[in-house]
Amino acid sequence: MAVISYIEAVTMAMREEMKRDNQVFVLGEDVGVRGGVFRATTGLYEEFGEDRVIDTPLAESAIVGVGIGAAMVGMRPIAEIQFADFILPAANQIISEAAKIRYRSNNDWNVPMVIRAPYGGGVHGALYHSQSIEAIFSNVPGLKIVAPSTPYDVKGLLKAAIRDNDPVLFLEHKRLYRLVKGEVPEGDYTIAIGKAEVKREGEDVTVITYGLMVQFALQAAEKLEKEGISTHILDLRSLQPLDKEAIIQATKKTGKVLIVHEDNKTGGLGGEISAIIAEEALFELDAPIKRLAGYDTPAMPYSPPMEKFYMLNPEKIANAIRDLAQF
Amino acid sequence: MATKVLMPQLGESVTEGTITRWLKQVGDSVNKYEPLCEVETDKVTAEVPATVSGTVIEIVVEEGTTVEVGKLICHIQEQGSVEETTETLPIETKDTEKEQEKVSENAQQDKKLNPHLNRDEQSNVRYSPAVLRIAQENNVDLTQIQGTGLGRRITRKDVLSYIENGLPVLKVDQTLASKDQMKKQQPETKKVLNQESESKEVKISPAENEAGIKIDNLKVEAGDQEIVVNNVRKTIAKRMVQSKNEAPHAWLTVEADVSDLVLYRNKIKNDFKKKENFNLTYLPFFIKAVVEGLKEYPIVNSVWAEDRILLKKRINISIAVATEDALFVPVIQDADQKSIYGIAKAIDELAQKTREGKLTITDLQDGTFTVNNTGTFGSILSAPILNSPQAGIITMESIVKRPVVYQDMIAVRSMVNLCMSLDHRVLDGLVAGRFIQSVKQKLEDMGKKEVSIY
Repeated sequence: MAVISYIEAVTMAMREEMKRDNQVFVLGEDVGVRGGVFRATTGLYEEFGEDRVIDTPLAESAIVGVGIGAAMVGMRPIAEIQFADFILPAANQIISEAAKIRYRSNNDWNVPMVIRAPYGGGVHGALYHSQSIEAIFSNVPGLKIVAPSTPYDVKGLLKAAIRDNDPVLFLEHKRLYRLVKGEVPEGDYTIAIGKAEVKREGEDVTVITYGLMVQFALQAAEKLEKEGISTHILDLRSLQPLDKEAIIQATKKTGKVLIVHEDNKTGGLGGEISAIIAEEALFELDAPIKRLAGYDTPAMPYSPPMEKFYMLNPEKIANAIRDLAQF
Repeated sequence: MATKVLMPQLGESVTEGTITRWLKQVGDSVNKYEPLCEVETDKVTAEVPATVSGTVIEIVVEEGTTVEVGKLICHIQEQGSVEETTETLPIETKDTEKEQEKVSENAQQDKKLNPHLNRDEQSNVRYSPAVLRIAQENNVDLTQIQGTGLGRRITRKDVLSYIENGLPVLKVDQTLASKDQMKKQQPETKKVLNQESESKEVKISPAENEAGIKIDNLKVEAGDQEIVVNNVRKTIAKRMVQSKNEAPHAWLTVEADVSDLVLYRNKIKNDFKKKENFNLTYLPFFIKAVVEGLKEYPIVNSVWAEDRILLKKRINISIAVATEDALFVPVIQDADQKSIYGIAKAIDELAQKTREGKLTITDLQDGTFTVNNTGTFGSILSAPILNSPQAGIITMESIVKRPVVYQDMIAVRSMVNLCMSLDHRVLDGLVAGRFIQSVKQKLEDMGKKEVSIY
């Protein structure tokens, strides 16, 4: 089994799926000859040719719109949005078309499309290259949202997303691309969308999170274990639909829940998760549900010290876990 | 230096306790947690554990003395040296300065972390949903758990580990603790009045300090005698106050002409005594009449339960039996299934048991209506206090011969007053009036018809 990086798992999944099914194709800005700004599509242009790895104009609405059209007639497009920050010009296509076509056409049409979007901060990307956009799209029924945290999950979930018959927004944390390496099997496997996974078993505090924060939480847990605090970590993996059962089970495990996300606190997924717990697991709670999330500021600061101040990190997460453990 | 041992808080709402026996004397050495003395409160009898290891150097409070929670009871000279006199409560009551300091030290941090914990001092009596649920599911008394959370909050883990391991708790077994004392002073009284008394586990734990009513300004003059209120008396007092406070009492009185009953009883009482070997009084006739009345008006045989009224199917008659210094209310179970003789027999047995202090808890349970034979004291009118939560109590006063109008003539008749108190939440005057009229009628008829007593 190869140990590969997060981004290599992205490439591997796409390559395997393109080999498996010739209806699968990639389109986006600089995905072809350049191999993608993050090198996610490296080698695909050479391997599959310009018909299946298409460089598009700088127009996200067109990338998604073209993808929707192709998907509706049976193709399986993987549309890359170069930075998630740029997805908003395509919001109309995603929210009002892709997510609604199955419903609108009374099940006659569907959109088996994946929209890959590198998101998140901590990469000195400033305003336009650091945003988390999951909350904006999590209020859209008909659209699935996936945000994996490990190379293994990337491959399994991206393959599942490509094979899914409905649109999937596939969120890749930029910071994870080369930060995390992990064992990824060569062969074919998928991970069901909508299933969370316990990444660490613990007794004192439950952390519910996704994406980069899973890795940070794991680091925090490692550190806290030495202090005698045992942390239970649930990686949501899918943000839409949320794995309610897993959330409730994780709550039951310790009765103390910390929800962590880099996205802004207000209106973020933490609120939704809290509500699920409050509605379904009130009598499991031993402490107030806590959220550790991005500040409600308009953007990630550009100044490095300010960016550092803004971003969550293992230490901030450890502090929050410690507080809950002491409660 | 000497460590002060203070009167511990033995259970919530307890404000004082009586030291019944010192288990350690001056000069005795004690280990930490070893019992120092026995304390009796109106709730439990418990032992006070030593707070430190050392030697008892002074006993401040003598046996038989009642002291308030938090008052110094003895000094223990600690082993080794301690720099200055430390004052320790076996349990830390919340309002000690020490505690407040400790709390305020953490307060700033706590507040920052948890806005929910602003009132730190109260956090140990606020339970999380998980803690409450687990405690309920496992029948755990949360007052027995020492919290380890913020501000000594009891955490879910505390409850779970308590269930799993069972923390060391001070086990107080009333039947064992200060057994001798109880026997000598008030045989069986604990059984009689404190129905839940059996054996209790009491963990000395911080609890709210319920302020007792102070009667400071009582003047004690020469020749005045002070009677220590024992626990039976205290329980009577508590129940009476509770009933008076909670149930709105209303009173009804009717008079019954029991001349025929008097004649009838006089006729059969000697034979009865010979045959059954105990006296036939008027009370069984009266109880029989009451039971039949209850059958007719079942609402009278009911209990107030806040959101509903519980109509009791069984008719169990509580009868008030007085001893020299206390009042007990044993129960004739299923009185509606007994003949007059059966009731008489039951009364006789219960009265005997009461006098001998042999009443058991079952003898005292499940009463649904109370009959009080106040006539034995010569009373002709009374306003009884309800035996909560029952909805009614009825008394039979003295049977006295009085000139009354009888068949439009003045005649000397044997008259008796029947006085009833009712819980006005449950009953209204109308139904109670009908009930008492019915009882009166039945009582009068018994003599006329010479009902069979068997």
